[in-house]
Amino acid sequence: MNFFSQVAQFLTTSSNWTGTNGFLAQLGRQIELSAVAVVAAVLAGVGLGAFLGHTGRGSFVVLNSANAARAIPSFALVTLIAIQPGIVRLQQGGFVAAAITMFALAVPPILTNAYVGVRDVDPAVRSAAVAMGMTPRQVLRQVEIPLALPVVMAGVRTASVEVVATATLAAYVGVADLGFNIFAGLDTRNNAETFSGALMVAVLALLVDLLLAGAARAVTPEGTRRTTRAARQRGTGLMWRQAAARS
Amino acid sequence: MTVMISFEAVSKHYENDAKNAVENFSLDVDEGELSVLVGPSGGGKTTILRMVNRMVEPSSGRVLVGGQDVAKVDRVELRRRTGYVIQQAGLFPHLKVADNVASVPRLLGWDKARVHARVNDMLDLVGLNPAEFAGRYPNELSGGQAQRVGVARALAGDPPVLLMDEPFGALDPIARARLQQEFLALQERLHKTVMFVTHDVDEAVVMGNRIAVISQGGRLQQYDTPAQVLGRPATSFVADFIGADRGLRRLAVTPIEVGDLYAPPVVSPKTTVAQALVAVEASGDHWAAVASEDGRLLGWVEPGQVASAPSDNGSSTVERYMRPVGAGVSLDSSLKAAFAEMLQQDAAWVPVFDHDRYLGVLTPDTLHAALRRSVGGEPVPV
Repeated sequence: MNFFSQVAQFLTTSSNWTGTNGFLAQLGRQIELSAVAVVAAVLAGVGLGAFLGHTGRGSFVVLNSANAARAIPSFALVTLIAIQPGIVRLQQGGFVAAAITMFALAVPPILTNAYVGVRDVDPAVRSAAVAMGMTPRQVLRQVEIPLALPVVMAGVRTASVEVVATATLAAYVGVADLGFNIFAGLDTRNNAETFSGALMVAVLALLVDLLLAGAARAVTPEGTRRTTRAARQRGTGLMWRQAAARS
Repeated sequence: MTVMISFEAVSKHYENDAKNAVENFSLDVDEGELSVLVGPSGGGKTTILRMVNRMVEPSSGRVLVGGQDVAKVDRVELRRRTGYVIQQAGLFPHLKVADNVASVPRLLGWDKARVHARVNDMLDLVGLNPAEFAGRYPNELSGGQAQRVGVARALAGDPPVLLMDEPFGALDPIARARLQQEFLALQERLHKTVMFVTHDVDEAVVMGNRIAVISQGGRLQQYDTPAQVLGRPATSFVADFIGADRGLRRLAVTPIEVGDLYAPPVVSPKTTVAQALVAVEASGDHWAAVASEDGRLLGWVEPGQVASAPSDNGSSTVERYMRPVGAGVSLDSSLKAAFAEMLQQDAAWVPVFDHDRYLGVLTPDTLHAALRRSVGGEPVPV
């Protein structure tokens, strides 16, 4: 039996889908873990990033620390949190340790994009908002954040795909998500099992990306969408030129 | 006239700049007046303007609006009752035209129906049909339309004071001229107290009741009517800034007055050439206007030329020898319009009318005298 028919067989065996460690349960855990981490990162990152973009103060320190944190390998981080003596280690069978790690992974792109999105709002528009008598909070909520939303959503999308793909590491610290089959297959030298697990993660990541692309379009204010034929052609032309420049 | 905006010895100093951005600046703007700040770019005009709504705080001195020191007024309150128009309008790109215009009324907490009615009124006021434009986004507007929306938005809260920072600077010359005229017509009706910043002398001359010429460092060089600034520049800076062709600009801002006109002898069409010759010689001139009993100008005649013609013994009426006059100008037009008409007709004079009634003529000499009169110079005898 060749490799791909082994994979097909693994994926079509119904006992691999059901039960506590079946694909469906794994999928649920993977999504739950990713969702908890991304939602927490949005709550922390969008507010802080938007505030930094609004005031411009302290942004250098915060953004650089966040981006430096990206250099820490998630694998090392999750292991470190799981083995450190203390309350976190055993809670929820490693879920908290994994969630903290995924949170750390998700914050930098969300924080950075929220900052850049708010900072890059047209100064004339911001100035008009202030001059007509909006309070700083009104400027942020009625003008800066709506205009920054597409960029914010792009950050959330990047973070979500990264987190969904990386959340497989949680299996290493005891959370039986989609990483379970990958690690189990590696242990037992069952390559078809490893591949099946990886395939599931890849499909999930693609679906999440597509879903959030749609969401990003939905939150882009209508007036700032480039919907005209001329704008579309400009966009296409630009992409084509960039592709040509790369090749 | 009550003073609406008053700058009292205002200076602005920025920490990282050795020179003052604004230096000991004092200026009064009367209620209902359109006052233009004009000067080279980077001279501090915008800084001065933005002190009125506390977008910039002076380092020393006071700014009063309606007699009240703005430093003692809440910033947000102050700004909600001060209209502000900027170059390229600064419209909110994520909001429809109606919501852009509704911004200040909503901040002021007006109810829905009142806001809606106000938005429609404002769009009508700036010449945009609400049915067509209210639902558009700013990126669906031309530059001129966007700027109209900018003006509508600034006026929506019915502010007594309107600040305009190069509002028409980004428009093409045709759209700019049209918006200037429309805004002046609007101002005729609204009588807002307007401070208007521009670096364009022509725009300043067209728009301003008074012009403040400002040099680098926010120094006030002259503050006076356009005719005075152009006719009697107070400093060499002003003279340089308004340029060598300021004489031509003065023509545009100086209206024709009855006292400026030259009155050649007037004869009736039934007068004989001989009589006309007597009248003309008595006046020391060589031609006469021909007008009907009710004061309508019919033509002109040179009796001297006619009398010397062998075919005439001076007994025929001037009607026969009368020559037609070209189009004249009306009394409420500028000297520039009269001068243009003179050049157009290649004539040495152009008749001036009050509606149909002939008043007299403008000649190059009287034009010159009118320019001197406009700045209070000694009238030149014609």
